[in-house]
Amino acid sequence: MDPLLTKPAHELAALMADGALTSEDLTRACLARIEELNPTLNVFLSVDAEAALEAARGIDARRAAGEQLGPLAGIPVGVKDNFCTTDHPTTCGSRMLDGWIPPYDATVVARLRDAGLVIVGKTNMDEFAMGSSTETSFFGPTRNPWDPDRIPGGSGGGSAAAVASFMVPLAVGSDTGGSIRQPGSVTGTVGVKPTYGGVSRYGLVAMASSLDQPGPCARTALDAALLQQVIGGYDGHDSASINRPVADLAAAATAQDLAGLRVGVVTELGGEGYEPDVLARFTEAVDLLRAAGAEVVEVSCPAFRYALPAYYLIQPAELSSNLARFDGMRYGLRAGDDGVRSAEEVMNLTRDEGFGKEAKRRIIIGTYALSAGYYDAYYGSAQKVRSLIQADFDRAFESCDVLVSPTTPTVAFRIGERTADPMAMYMADLCTIPSNMAGNASASFPAGLSSDGLPVGLQVMAPPMEDARLYRVGGVVERALDERWGGPLLARLADKEIAR
Amino acid sequence: MTETIPYDDLLTRYEPVLGLEVHVELNTNSKMFCGCPTTFGGDPNTQVCPVCLGLPGSLPVINGKAVESAIRIGLALNCRIAQWCRMARKNYFYPDMTKNFQTSQYDEPIAFDGWVDVEVDGETYRVEIERAHMEEDAGKALHMGGATGRIHGADYSLIDYNRAGVPLIEIVTRPVRGAGAKAPEVARAYVAHLRDLLRALGVSDVRMEQGSLRCDANVSLMPIGSDVLGTRTETKNVNSLRSVERAIRYEMTRQAAILDGGARVKQETRHFHESDGTTSPGRSKEEAEDYRYFAEPDLMPIAPSREWVEELRATLPEPPAEHRRRLQTDWGFSDIDFGSIVSSGALGLVEATVAAGATPAAARKWWVTELARRANEAGVELDELPITPAQVAAVQGLVDAGKVNDKLARQVIEGVLAGEGEPAAVVAARGLAVVSDEGALTVAVDEVIAANPDVAAKIRDGKVAAAGALIGQVMKAMKGQADAGKVREMILAKLT
Repeated sequence: MDPLLTKPAHELAALMADGALTSEDLTRACLARIEELNPTLNVFLSVDAEAALEAARGIDARRAAGEQLGPLAGIPVGVKDNFCTTDHPTTCGSRMLDGWIPPYDATVVARLRDAGLVIVGKTNMDEFAMGSSTETSFFGPTRNPWDPDRIPGGSGGGSAAAVASFMVPLAVGSDTGGSIRQPGSVTGTVGVKPTYGGVSRYGLVAMASSLDQPGPCARTALDAALLQQVIGGYDGHDSASINRPVADLAAAATAQDLAGLRVGVVTELGGEGYEPDVLARFTEAVDLLRAAGAEVVEVSCPAFRYALPAYYLIQPAELSSNLARFDGMRYGLRAGDDGVRSAEEVMNLTRDEGFGKEAKRRIIIGTYALSAGYYDAYYGSAQKVRSLIQADFDRAFESCDVLVSPTTPTVAFRIGERTADPMAMYMADLCTIPSNMAGNASASFPAGLSSDGLPVGLQVMAPPMEDARLYRVGGVVERALDERWGGPLLARLADKEIAR
Repeated sequence: MTETIPYDDLLTRYEPVLGLEVHVELNTNSKMFCGCPTTFGGDPNTQVCPVCLGLPGSLPVINGKAVESAIRIGLALNCRIAQWCRMARKNYFYPDMTKNFQTSQYDEPIAFDGWVDVEVDGETYRVEIERAHMEEDAGKALHMGGATGRIHGADYSLIDYNRAGVPLIEIVTRPVRGAGAKAPEVARAYVAHLRDLLRALGVSDVRMEQGSLRCDANVSLMPIGSDVLGTRTETKNVNSLRSVERAIRYEMTRQAAILDGGARVKQETRHFHESDGTTSPGRSKEEAEDYRYFAEPDLMPIAPSREWVEELRATLPEPPAEHRRRLQTDWGFSDIDFGSIVSSGALGLVEATVAAGATPAAARKWWVTELARRANEAGVELDELPITPAQVAAVQGLVDAGKVNDKLARQVIEGVLAGEGEPAAVVAARGLAVVSDEGALTVAVDEVIAANPDVAAKIRDGKVAAAGALIGQVMKAMKGQADAGKVREMILAKLT
């Protein structure tokens, strides 16, 4: 592998700014890595090498002409396949949208282009972002570069694996219940779910509107911070978008210590059901925080116990409505249109053929939860739980600046291990869901490896609009861990042959 | 053939209960949730974008002007305005819905608990308003082939999404009871009242024939003496004031026949047929869909400040009743003359004609007689006639200037209605100007006097009234293009 590829984005950007590297050469190296590993890992669903190289040459030319470019200009980036792109199909991992090319760019995509990042392709995901393993993709599962027999997390397994396997230094994902953070955790990468409203959802194909939030995937806290600064900030096309300037996240990611920071360990997110290695790495990480000057206390958030069941009512309810538009009438798959069948029959056949099993399961659950006579018991109650979770966070943030927990109860599980057991699959998001329910900022940073050599993640949660705190904690933990483990965890993967 | 009961007969046994749902398309420049134009009649699917096409990933952003219009409508209907409300999703599958849900309002309407008073034959009826809420319009489906023009039996359907996302306000009444025989007229008067009110507010084009004002009429019958509401039917998209009245009247007679036969009225949606004034069944409400309403998560709650609501209240036009009283005083009409304007639905038109320079008497004369007659003949509403108040005022201007007489003016109006252009252009093209050349007129008068020596003798003897016969002949000789007053003057001058 080209050693260039192991460098973080901010270093590569510095090399390009110094004239020591061109975006074209870097992009070529990334494309070669993708070509080498994609058949094994199934990370990218579409790659347009020519377009990527042309974009890279364009950036190089602008730089050569003396133009002032953004801090990530020329860096190749992978985009989860649920962001609309005018130059790549946007399938959402579903047969329903196989081959569909949107007529518009998502705001996130437009901002990547404006900032001079080079979009190399679209990454695999669970169908319509429903899953924690990327196994529900119509286009087959993505594999974890740490162990190709294991899942890379989900739904954004493609974006996390792309970054972990050095195909690209950066990627963007979307997080509805943990779809950026849990893949980050099990691939040893950084995944951030910004404050709800911090990054525009316009052009992100919706799963559950009140929970969806785009965010960065990277190998370091600083890279993630730089990427969030590119894609974040107010957008008038998203009514939930927060109209405030983005904080200096990059500065936070380079903070030297945690002096004066009050850290709360959430008692409900640990204990039974968590793998011992996960708890051990978590405890070590908390010790690192304390060593860096943080004051650590335990906090209780009792309503978090109901977060998962409440989430599995709200999320299916919203998605059952959001996915109603896929009916074969205007775009995407159309099944059974023989000129005789009625529009209604064609809609039914299209939805039957176009959606996979998990999508159908959730559409049915959501439809039921919103039905007359059941609404109060299910959707209504779930909304009350949501308020209680918010209240728990509010109370905890009165005495703590950030909260911490493991990102996910286990390390990466084996492909196929949980596909027959939806409840076991849903448990992967146990710790990440509360922040989606409350809309606050949350991130996963690498916390070490299990005894089997599989990554474990540390989840950090901050109050809404305090995303900078995530990066401050993440940056400090990252440097301490690098010291302890003798370099970045991912360096181990760089020298390893990835094969099945 | 559907059985019906004579109208007067049913009223001895049943009391009608109405519920009216009126959809108003707002005349905002852009759609409810995106920047696309709302103009009527564009080429199909040219006024669309990712948002109103409901493309994956697109998101709505609410049109502030539409919220403002909704609040003003609510205030004009004497409603309370919500301090905090949300949009909601109404979920159902239909090809004219780009998202397969309609963004509407459910249990949190922007305006609620209002009323309006309407007048029928000098009597006032209070119609209570349950709610006025905001929602988006759907696209328009055109079903090709098949006999009915409806989706069932069609060979294929075309869909125009230009209308998808146009802002609508739905105004829903509480059950209207106690109108008895007048129920259909009260309904008509209510819709006419809304139309005038919305026009005065300037929030909608209120063109029923273009669908910018649409009425669904719920009708049920209650046996007299009972207090239990009967089963209702909902007659959809009744597209003129006249149809509102006819559709309700028909439904009353149809339902009465069913009840008299001991059967039960089926709760269903019905379609009104303009051609024969009947209704026929549409979707059965017994298998009605569960709309699975929930608060729209893509839009923020709407919380109009008290200050803003009061600012908007200050922009309201004069309340209709006060407005009418003031106009009657200003114009100096008797109750009967003024009532004839109101009952023919011409108040706004007369007002606009006066504003364009005509005297109230002249404006009233044209709208309530000549134009009302022509509208009736054409089977359209007065305001659907292709003539504007300014054109009517211009016609009267020609009369006042002595360019045409009343009879010629009617021909000018005919020309304008026929699309021949502005009144002055019609006069020129049709050669309608009165002859003011005294020479030609003197010759005609002399000839008529000479040809009618006995009539002339009567006038000479002081029977001035006999002049009418001579005036008529002169006018005939002049092909109507003379000023009758002038002719009379000349005849009398010669014979007395």
